[in-house]
Amino acid sequence: MTSTRRDVFQAIADPTRRQIINLIMQQPLNLNAIADNFEVSRPAISQHIKILIECGLIDVKKNGRERYCEVRLEPLNEVAQWIEPYRRSLEERFNKMDDLLARMQKENKSNDKK
Amino acid sequence: MEKNKTTIAAVPGKQEIFITREFEAPRELVFKAYTDPELLLQWLGGQCDLTMRIEKFEAKAGGSYRYIHTDPAGNEYGFHGVCHESTAPERIIQTFEFEGLPEAGHVALETTKFEALPNNRTRVVTQSVFQSVADRDGMLQSGMEQGVQDSHARLEELLVTVTA
Repeated sequence: MTSTRRDVFQAIADPTRRQIINLIMQQPLNLNAIADNFEVSRPAISQHIKILIECGLIDVKKNGRERYCEVRLEPLNEVAQWIEPYRRSLEERFNKMDDLLARMQKENKSNDKK
Repeated sequence: MEKNKTTIAAVPGKQEIFITREFEAPRELVFKAYTDPELLLQWLGGQCDLTMRIEKFEAKAGGSYRYIHTDPAGNEYGFHGVCHESTAPERIIQTFEFEGLPEAGHVALETTKFEALPNNRTRVVTQSVFQSVADRDGMLQSGMEQGVQDSHARLEELLVTVTA
């Protein structure tokens, strides 16, 4: 067996898994309730949930006989943080460009008045 | 006024990123800021104690560009590429290569589109397609190293202020 990635990036690589996360972000749901929201088969959803649990994005809480899936958002911060420095460095450039464009427009206006 | 935000879309496992930013200026002006070397120097350079110089910048089909950022220690970080198309004020398509990578030949294809919005505003979307997922992730993580360096620098500044 090849080693499979079990991290937050693997978790959100799949569109169905992203939808599952969005769904249970609003409220914890059991497997049946989650599966009702999708066209794909119950075993397929079950498999996605298994991966999400292994990736640390879902906790299963027991409430009587029901097992509820709850989202754990902390690992998602890892994704945001991963890109954040790169985004910030772009932002710094673009903020400078804002200033430049504002100056250029001001100059254009004062030239028009002449 | 609230500043416009830069968004980066990088889907895990894909070879591309999309960078989106809006500007409070008409499209012609934003396009000019991207293609006039004098203007480019004013926003692309000068980050984190780096000085920037442009060796050449030909914003036309078949033209090429090369610019270099130099840090205070004199280390140089060169970037170069070839312009495939530059259609004012709509679109720029070019290659992009960072010369500081361990091995040459890791080139990205950048397509930048300038979309005119109401009220003299402009949306700029850049799609960068890399040769591999690893190349793309490497590019995104280069920012992380820089970010770490920045925060180290800030920490040092802070320590200097505190001890002074």
